[in-house]
This record gives sequence, C-alpha cells and structure tokens, in this order.
Amino acid sequence: MMFMDWILHNAPVLILALPLLAAFATPLVGKLGKWPRNVFVVSVAVIVEALVIYLASDVIANGMHTYVFGAASGILLPSGYSVPVRIIFQVDAMSVFMAIISATVTLAGIVYSWAFVTDKQGQSKYYTLLLMMAVGMFGMEFTGDLFNMFVFLEILSIASCALVAFRISFSESSEGALKYMVVSAVGALFVLIAIALLYGQYNVLNLAAVGSAIQFTALDKIALVLLVSAFAMKCGAVPMHMWTPDAYSAAPAPITMVLVSASQASMYALFRIAFTLYGVSMNTGAVGWFIIILGVLSMFIGVTMALPQKDIKRLMAYHAISQSGYMLLGVGVGLATLGSSAFNEYGLTAMKGGIFHIINHAMYKGLLFLTAGAIYYRLNTRNLNKMGGLGHTMKWTAAFFIIGALAIAGIPPFNGFASKVLIYESVFRFSPLLSIIAMLVSVLTLASFVKVFHSAFMGPRLPEYEGVAKEVPWPMFVAMALLAAIVVAMGLFPNLIVDNLVTPAAQALAGRADYLNAVMGGA
Amino acid sequence: MFGPLETGAGYWTPLVWVGSMVVVVLVTLVIRGLGERTAKNTHMKGDPFMSGNPEVSKENSHVRAGNIYWGFLKAMEPYYKPLMKWHNGNVNDYVLMFIMVIAVLLLAIVLPGVF
Amino acid sequence: MIANIPYIAAMAMVVIGIYACVFRRNLIKVILGVALIESGANMFLITLGYRGLGSIAPIYTNAPATGNMTLPIPQALTLTSIVIGVAVLALMISFAVSYYKKTGTLDTRKGVLKE
Repeated sequence: MMFMDWILHNAPVLILALPLLAAFATPLVGKLGKWPRNVFVVSVAVIVEALVIYLASDVIANGMHTYVFGAASGILLPSGYSVPVRIIFQVDAMSVFMAIISATVTLAGIVYSWAFVTDKQGQSKYYTLLLMMAVGMFGMEFTGDLFNMFVFLEILSIASCALVAFRISFSESSEGALKYMVVSAVGALFVLIAIALLYGQYNVLNLAAVGSAIQFTALDKIALVLLVSAFAMKCGAVPMHMWTPDAYSAAPAPITMVLVSASQASMYALFRIAFTLYGVSMNTGAVGWFIIILGVLSMFIGVTMALPQKDIKRLMAYHAISQSGYMLLGVGVGLATLGSSAFNEYGLTAMKGGIFHIINHAMYKGLLFLTAGAIYYRLNTRNLNKMGGLGHTMKWTAAFFIIGALAIAGIPPFNGFASKVLIYESVFRFSPLLSIIAMLVSVLTLASFVKVFHSAFMGPRLPEYEGVAKEVPWPMFVAMALLAAIVVAMGLFPNLIVDNLVTPAAQALAGRADYLNAVMGGA
Repeated sequence: MFGPLETGAGYWTPLVWVGSMVVVVLVTLVIRGLGERTAKNTHMKGDPFMSGNPEVSKENSHVRAGNIYWGFLKAMEPYYKPLMKWHNGNVNDYVLMFIMVIAVLLLAIVLPGVF
Repeated sequence: MIANIPYIAAMAMVVIGIYACVFRRNLIKVILGVALIESGANMFLITLGYRGLGSIAPIYTNAPATGNMTLPIPQALTLTSIVIGVAVLALMISFAVSYYKKTGTLDTRKGVLKE
C-alpha cells in the first residue's frame, strides 16, 4: 500500500518523467533491434496510460493534486510576505481529462507506428520525438506555472515540427513543417511577451498567484489579447487556421493524429487562461463572444473548405478545424455567461458539450486519420481521385472509416451525436442562430464524408490496385480497433463519461477559486 | 450506468435508440420475408443496365472524387473563389492573419476601457 | 523617459521582426524576422529585471557592499528562452535548407501546399 501511495503522490511528475527518460533511452534500446525497441516504447506508453487513469480516478474522487518540486511551495520573507516561487504542477479534473486524451492518442499512435513506419532511417528518432510530444502535452496540461507553460509549448512545437518533416525526402514535408514552425514560433513568442507583461506587474509566474492578484489593468488586457490569440492560433481557429492543413497533410498519419491532440492541449491552455487566470475579473462577455465568433467561423469555413478537397488528409484536416469550432462554441458560451444566472441554466451544459466534444473529436478524428494512413500505406497516394473500390479488399478499414465518419457527422448512436446534442440544445437557448449554423455544419460534414467514402471504398475494383490493396498489418488494425471501440462505447454510454469525467472537468474549469486557493491557501 | 444523458432541455438515451433500431430492422426483415419467393437470385441481378450498350470499363465506371459535388461547387463559385484565393499557402499571410486577429481583439478589449 | 528606452527598443525589435515576417518574400528573411521577435522578447524580459534603477546584475563576485542586486528570475527565464530559441531557429533553417535543395527556391509565394 505504501508503494501505491508513493506512486499516487508522485504520479504528476512520473507521467512526465517516464516518457522524457524513455525518449532519450529509445535510441539506445534501438541498438538492440526493432522488436525490443518497439516493445519498450509501447510498454512505456501503456504504463503512462495506466498512471494517468490511476491519477484521474483519485483526482475525480478526492480533488486536486498539487505537486511542488523540492520543498514547500512558498518562501516566507521576514516581513511576512509569502509568495510561491517553486515549480508547481497543479492537476485538477480538467487537466487529467486532457491527459487521458493525450495518453490514449499517444498509445494508439505508437502501436500504429509499429507497422506504419517502415522507413530505413530514423525510426528510433521517430519514437524519441513522439514521446517528446507526449511530454509536451502532459506538461502543458499539468503545469501550474506560466513560464513552464511556454517551455512545454515550445517542446511540443519543436517535436511536432520535426515529426511533420519526418519524411524529409518529399519537398512538401519540409514546406509544411517550415510553415508550421514559423507560425508556432511567432505565436509562442507572443505568449512569452504576454507572460513577461504579467510578470512585470505581479512579480510572480505562478498561475494561481497571478490569478489571485490580477487587476485587469491595461497591460493585463494586452497580455490577455496576446495569450488568447496565440493559443487560438495554435488550436487552428479560423482565420488563423491555414497552417493546419499544410502540417496535417505533410505529417505521417499517426503523427497527424497526435497533432490533433497537441492542438487540443493548446486549446486547454486557452481555456485555462480565460477561466482560471482571468476568470470573472475580465470582461467575460467580450472574450466569450470572441471565442464564439472564432468557433462559428471555424465550423463554417472549415467544413466548406473541406468539401472541394482532393487530398484525403487535407480534407480531414479541414474537418479538424471545423470540429474545433464546436468546442470553441460550447466553451465560449460557457465563458460568455460565466458569473450570471444563465450559466447554471445552460452555460454549464454548453461547456460540458464543448469539453465532451474534445475527447470525442480526439478519438474519431484519430480513427479517421489512421484509416487515411492505412489507405496511404497500401496505395501510396493521398489523392482521392486515384482511389476506388477499396471496400472489396480492405473491409476492416472500411468498417472503421464508417464508424469514424458517422461519429464525426453526429449520427446517433455514435459519440459525436452525444456531445453535439448537448451543444445544440444549450446553445439554442443562448442564441438560436448559432445552434442552427452548428446543425448545418453537421450536415455538410456528413456530405463531405459521403464523398470520401464513395470515392475511396465504393465502386468497382480498380485494376491498378489489384493485389496491392490488401488489409493492413495487425498493429495498425489493433490501433484502429482500439479507437473504434472507444468511439462506440462512448456513444452507447455517454452518461458515464459525462457524469464521471466531463462534469468534474467543466466544474473545475468554471470553479476558479479552488484552483487559486490550492496554492495561495485560504481566501 | 444505463441512465439518460441530461441535455438541459431534454435527454438522450442511446440504448433505447439502438433497441428501437433493432425493432425496425426486425420489422423490415418480416416484411421482406413476406415477399415473392419465386424470384431467383441470378448473377444478372446486380449488373448495370446500359440500354443495350456495352458496359464501360471498370476504371471509367467509377465516379471519381473530383466529380462528386461538381454542381454544388459550380453553383457556389462566388463563395469559393475568394475563399480559395485567400488560402494561398503563403506563410507571410499566415502571420499577417495572426497579427490582424490580435489587432481586432486589442481594439475590442482595450478600447472600451480607454473611452 | 530615459528608463523607458529599453522597453521602446525591445518593442521596436518585435515590430521590425513582425514586418519582416509579413512583408519579406524570402523564407530566410522570414526566419530572421522570427529571430528578431525573439530577441525583442528576450530584451523585454531582461529589462523587466531592472525596474527601479540602481540595481546591478546578479553576479555574486561582482556584488557591491551596499546597494541592490536584481532578482535573477528574469535572467533565468531569458536563458531558457535563448536556449529554446536556438533550437527553434536551427530547426527552421534546416527545414529551409532541405526545402531549397528540393525545389530550388525560397520564395514564400511558390509553395505547393495551398487551397
């Protein structure tokens, strides 16, 4: 029992330290051969997933974990002035919710890569960078410190960009990676300037300490603008979305799936900044409406741009933008109504819908990107015009694609419908027009995936792919089956997920005082 | 565990929905079973009917992705033309859009406090 | 006024960097723009350490008998940020080299990933 307590106490740091150490050990283990290395990486991912779930069960049952590196969090000056100076990890229900997504997606990505990554060179480095991406995501989700958030954001960006350019022999890989790197570097530097502005005023970097002291002065407003815009750009909101299709289509398929989760980590940072750092001290109506407008633009422009696409992964990338719009809309309505009586009437439900959509989107969009990767693995093309008749030979891939496509279009009984119905019904009471746009976007999403399904899987067997289009190897099958099972299970039992994971997460995000008091102590 | 998902204005129970779908499928099967039994399941049944013309080759009979929704995209051209021009793949414009969003939000957040 | 000059210089560097990112068509110049923004941000952080004139750099052997040393946190942050910046710039330039080798151009308008 002592051991389990020790594990639980140190879980927040173990979840980061384990993949970090494993990342740098992977090239060494890789010297032993392909099998030992893959078993090593997969087992690390499984252990991390188990740790995250163990931590999540405790956080949801017993409340927030505050992990302080070194001694107690504060220094007490002789004058009686106390301030938290150490590096702090603060893990509340929202953080573990995001960590579950990141851990699951990373695990599926690593299992899938086992068969997918057959390049002659750099396989060990691929896994190193993939584990570093996991570290970046967990770090952003767990940290209670503004500067650490910037550091983990940059770790995440560097690892993602390097992986986007993994197939460097194609010129489009370096092009997509370079564009992604330029925009994310500019965005991260604006985050740094905003953090410096906050530090200049309050002389602390701890998120809770800044949050409890914040005055919403003119400089705070500028910092808010920079932070919100930069994180909205990193999560691919229209009109700052153009890097998304470039990077997503250039990256190998499992990396694209993890990139979706990485952009959701930025979305978590956006929500954390808006709800916890500023909260009711700012003009929640204006910022909430800004996020809603970004969300509606993302939904509509994303889906209409997806319709004419001819590259399967570019099409799915535009859908990723469009689905992020739902999350921004749901949580934006929660932010716009924060502190008013409307929040308890429908604002919290809208937030639940938006947050539930995050996990749903990570699972079904991951599944869809993996099926796109399976097609690429067999046909060596992403061009939809060259595909056809794959349903004859790739039956399981076709079945998984149908599950993912129905889920993303919000067809009952899959999980996409459960979160969308929460968003529709609560947003309708906020503003009926927004809800109608959201439904229209769902219709267009279905139309677009009907096009993909028809052109890739239906039709006669094409002679050029005779003997090539076979079912995928078993690791890719296992990864897709895992995600498909999650999609179906979450669709059949949405109340379990919402009651046990999503509602605590939404309340943790909205309940700012708990987060601040955990570090600052008392009122 | 099998309770409904409360949505604030109503509720959603997927298991009831799945159950009713199963009932619908059963009814469909019953109606199908009442049908004509003498029809033979011949090989010709699924073949395309081309009014006596020879069947086109496999590659040509498949409707490719570029042709799907051609009419919709043609009708929506006034909407799509500027949109495609906007997505020009130029990294300068990516940064420019980011700066413009910052500028708009700055005006929306900071200006009300100044005046 | 004299105390504000470092802030003005830092922000000027950020603005010049943004200008380079938005209006220069050569990818290397865009990368240089990012480097300028980064230098501006670092300079801003360092300047924040010297609010309240009269304090000196926090180097132990240099410590005066009387007077103030600045808080070392901004210095630590800047050091971290410089290290990250080196990695980011190196990665960007290596992408640019690889891109130039494949396509023979560094013009931002000539990308193939668009629409």
